[in-house]
Amino acid sequence: MRSATASAREKARQAVADATRWQTPELAFWAVAIAAIFLFPSRHLLLNEIAIVGLFALSIDLILGYAGIVSLGHAAFFGVGAYTAGLLAKAGIGEPVAGLAIAAAVAAAVGFATSFLVIRGSDLTRLMVTLSVALVFVEIANRFESITGGVDGLLGISMGPILGLFEFDFGGTTAYCYSLAVLFGMFLVARRLVRSPFGTSLRALKENRLRAGAIGIPTARRIVTIYTISASIAGVAGALLAQTTAFVSLEVLDFARSADGLLILVIGGSGYLYGGLLGAIAFALMRDALSSLTPAYWMFWMGAILVALVVVGRERVVAKFAAAVDRLRGSGS
Amino acid sequence: MLTILFDGIAYGMLLFILAVGLSVTLGLMNFVNLAHGAFAMAGGYATVILMNGYGVPFLGSLPVSFLAAAAFGLVLERLLYRRMYQRSHLDQVLFSIGLVFMAVAATDFLMGSQQQIVRLPDWLRGRVEIAGVGIGAYRLFLVIVCGALVIVLQGILSRTRFGSQLRAAVDDTRVARGLGIPTGRIFAATFAIGSGLAGLGGALGAEILGLDPTFPLKFMLYFLIVVTVGGTATISGPFAAAILLGIADVAGKYYVPRLGAFIIYIFMLAVLILRPNGLFVRGGGR
Repeated sequence: MRSATASAREKARQAVADATRWQTPELAFWAVAIAAIFLFPSRHLLLNEIAIVGLFALSIDLILGYAGIVSLGHAAFFGVGAYTAGLLAKAGIGEPVAGLAIAAAVAAAVGFATSFLVIRGSDLTRLMVTLSVALVFVEIANRFESITGGVDGLLGISMGPILGLFEFDFGGTTAYCYSLAVLFGMFLVARRLVRSPFGTSLRALKENRLRAGAIGIPTARRIVTIYTISASIAGVAGALLAQTTAFVSLEVLDFARSADGLLILVIGGSGYLYGGLLGAIAFALMRDALSSLTPAYWMFWMGAILVALVVVGRERVVAKFAAAVDRLRGSGS
Repeated sequence: MLTILFDGIAYGMLLFILAVGLSVTLGLMNFVNLAHGAFAMAGGYATVILMNGYGVPFLGSLPVSFLAAAAFGLVLERLLYRRMYQRSHLDQVLFSIGLVFMAVAATDFLMGSQQQIVRLPDWLRGRVEIAGVGIGAYRLFLVIVCGALVIVLQGILSRTRFGSQLRAAVDDTRVARGLGIPTGRIFAATFAIGSGLAGLGGALGAEILGLDPTFPLKFMLYFLIVVTVGGTATISGPFAAAILLGIADVAGKYYVPRLGAFIIYIFMLAVLILRPNGLFVRGGGR
């Protein structure tokens, strides 16, 4: 009997180990991301933006793709992180990594506090709750003008060198390297998380919350945990934006930012972590191309892309892509 | 004091007319339509174009705003929305956000980003004195028009053949279809009427709510509040919620302007936490 449990445990451990092994396409992705430093020396600002947006999308993927929570207000945590980092820098704590850690902690605290609102209710209730939490934060940032600068934004942020070693430059090279390093770090955390038994239990509760509860998964606690982690990562993304652009405006809390995040996940596909990153790249390229055609009406095209993707069926698009990845994988191994 | 109460009621009635279509699509058809405000905006702009471009009087342009928004709704329903009924909520959300973005940008392109002004006829401006309470003539007009509409809607839903067919189709689409009720056509008609009412609300509300291309985004939450707080099982629930919201908003902005929109958000969060299915739900709301 005991040996049976032991062998079952061994099997489970083996399964986790198999799932966490690095695949060739994954390594290739990160190799390209690093190579981009040298391949596109003049586009580092854009690359930096992609890394930040990708990190934000990754944080949404954690709750959407793994826990099945549709949020319309994830920009709240992005904004909290951005304002925290910006205000810290203004208050004299100009060291970026310390600012990042504090921003992550503050965003996590806010995420934890609001996570209890998303446990209960239907999809619709959750949409409303997340949306209105984000709006409350916009209102707060708007009202406390003396602190946040209101609609003018937070000006006069001066960042110190990273760890006292690397100064930010105008071309954005340091910024991109810094953001990429943080993105990779956060990605490792997320990857470890979703491929652990914890991640498996999340997927179980996404599929069927009632049954997940019935086999002994504490669903409410799982949701609180993943929501807090996701909020924290979104906060880090916001802090990165504040630090690398030395500016924070009300835009960081905008509804459009939450919607952008969802769109990116739709483009890239959710539930396998790379969706947010690949989506962010596609999103930035599309934005670049379409804005140069009609600068003011980028929003129209974004809407059109969303509608088209959904009407055609995002599962179909993702399935096609997944098939292509599988083929790559098949030829690689 | 009473004036504020009355203003609040007028505002609430307006919100109800704007949101009632959503309460049908969201509540009865279980479709998350964040683009509802776009139809209201279409109605508002139809009025503006008619009045400023063609010199149509205000009253004459109201029915047209209803028809324009309803036609717009019908076309979209047949072309796009119809395919979305069976999809997941996430798909519906993404789809309707996309529509909102397209509507905002397209309106900006066609009409410009400035606020549009609806010139009310003289007899609707000024104030009237009723039992010692000063009431804006236009507010009174709103209450009368919207009140009449509420009664008509309730009548249609509970007394007519169409109303009972709609309720049947909503309760159990498959059985209703089995009984020979053309559910597709019923849903399309309902959607069109809901959109038309939103358009009418947009036209009526241009004076109070303002009208610019970001209208669908600005009031999206208000519509959703009316429907979620009101619950989706009845027509009286959203009505009560709309009136409550109207009074709270007007009174809040008057007495504690510093708090502004906080009151609404906090109130709604409180309701959603305490009663996730809405305040006025009979039995098993969805």
